Amino acid sequence: MHEPRSFRVFRVVVVAGLGLFTLVPLYVMVTSALKPLGDVQGDFRWWPTHPTLRPFVDIWSTVPLARYFINSLVVCLVATAFSVLIAIFAAYAVSRYRFRGRRAFIGTVLSTQMFPGILFLLPLFLIFVNIDKQLGFTFLYQTRVGLIVTYLTFSLPFSIWMLASYLDGIPRDLDEAAKVDGCRALGALFRVVLPAARPGVIAVAVYAFMTAWGELLFASQMTNDATKTLAIGLQNYSTQINVYWNQVMAASLVVSVPVVVGFLLLQKYLVAGLTAGAVK
Amino acid sequence: MPVTTTPTSRSAGTVPPVHRRRPDWNRRTPYLLILAAILLELLIHIVPMLAGIWMSFIKLNQFFIANWSKAPGAGLGNYKIAVDFSTPIGRALLHSFTVTCLYTLIVVGLSWLFGMSAAAVLQRGFRGRGGLRTMFLVPYSLPIYAGVITWSFMLQRDNGLVNHVLVSDLHLLDHPPFWLIGNNAFVSVAVVALWRSWPFAFLMIMAGMQSIPDEVYEAAATDGANVWKQLRYITLGALRPVNVVLLLMLFLWTFNDFNTPFVLFGPTPPDSADLMSIHIYDNSFVNWNFGLGAAMSVLLLLFLLVVTGAYLLIANRRSRRA
Repeated sequence: MHEPRSFRVFRVVVVAGLGLFTLVPLYVMVTSALKPLGDVQGDFRWWPTHPTLRPFVDIWSTVPLARYFINSLVVCLVATAFSVLIAIFAAYAVSRYRFRGRRAFIGTVLSTQMFPGILFLLPLFLIFVNIDKQLGFTFLYQTRVGLIVTYLTFSLPFSIWMLASYLDGIPRDLDEAAKVDGCRALGALFRVVLPAARPGVIAVAVYAFMTAWGELLFASQMTNDATKTLAIGLQNYSTQINVYWNQVMAASLVVSVPVVVGFLLLQKYLVAGLTAGAVK
Repeated sequence: MPVTTTPTSRSAGTVPPVHRRRPDWNRRTPYLLILAAILLELLIHIVPMLAGIWMSFIKLNQFFIANWSKAPGAGLGNYKIAVDFSTPIGRALLHSFTVTCLYTLIVVGLSWLFGMSAAAVLQRGFRGRGGLRTMFLVPYSLPIYAGVITWSFMLQRDNGLVNHVLVSDLHLLDHPPFWLIGNNAFVSVAVVALWRSWPFAFLMIMAGMQSIPDEVYEAAATDGANVWKQLRYITLGALRPVNVVLLLMLFLWTFNDFNTPFVLFGPTPPDSADLMSIHIYDNSFVNWNFGLGAAMSVLLLLFLLVVTGAYLLIANRRSRRA
């Protein structure tokens, strides 16, 4: 295919410029995590004087990182599982049935994406406190359950919408055939439609997990010392008088690895899911 | 995103197949399927939002927070305080709004431009394309706080990379400036947000480009259109629906952005980077004036509703004409 010289120059400029922009912070994160404390306190150094793995050992004792990690893992995995399951049901209804209130449902769910989180943070906080008061024990307020319920709802709107578009692309004949074979609606959904929609489901799961793993605003008010997630816990290194930047970088690296690896392994599904969903 | 209620319009006219033996069950099925989603949306989004609106009409401050049903009504009082631009509170809100508009304009515009450029140059196969694509997506896949904390280290005055490069390596400046306080803070927060959000634009545009059939380009190439012309006349046109959704999502996320300034500056950012979400957070959780905070949030929501509505109206009208 014919490519003018100008386009090749443009490509080099774009790749070099954006590559540098992308990589420099990642480089800083990785190399600083290998530095002794002295190296991150004075003038910036491109390379550690003595590369050391010490920060990766120290991060676990400076703050209770393991506890935050487990909290984040539990909250995000459970929230993702429920979010995906609920989104599958809702998306199937939206895609396969024409029912009264369908458009209102889609419209309302999507419009919640517009709400500034700050508007419903405090009311939600108070609602949780009051539900707990009615129940007589701490169920939602600053617990993992409360955080799970909150996070799974955050990813629902986009998940439902993306999955519904994905299901639209799967021929109805498939469910019809299953129904002829004696499956009920749900049987058809789980045995025939879902396997065909696997890229869409994986895309939605990746999205839900990432949304929860990175959430900060609600975690800042809806957790206590026992239920704190990584998003909040990581700030503890830098709120101390002496900032252990080498440990901050090491901890950032450690908490990033699970999501980045997962994301990069599953990115092709995300692209496939977006192609079917968002892009139509 | 309501544009996207169209995904199903392809089959909108067709009546769903009816399972003849159990008509009642069938009529109820869709409602049962969406029940969980509705309950959760009610609990987490709808009811709290309505409560938030109600709170904006009462005097909810630290004295009443434990016993909020007893808080006295304020009528439009909170709103009057918020938009009275002759007082420090009103002026600060107006300032925060202006800063946020500028921030959104810059971040969304450049995110789109970067995403589009990267997707365009990586559209055709060449060696290392897959690796570059993966690399560009890393900032998006990083948890927000991990990426932003790294930037906050880079932007430190005395031990950060940015000043080291500007002062020691390139000798562009004699004295290291502050990046996280004062007027430079705006540049910092915008650059960090851009770093994080352009890969999302790249991802969406890339996904959109994959659905453009190769034959279209081949036909254009036989007609003698070079890459630039193809980009201008084929790609941009075909990407229109993607761009409509993408720009709206970027706009809403950027305008409501809380994480970037919060991780970079903590709960009280410098004036130049006092974005709306964090400004309201300050008024609610730092100054303990929840009624005023709620009124400001409602104003923010109204603004977003109006802009989104107008945007979708224009976008839909144009696409109908096209």
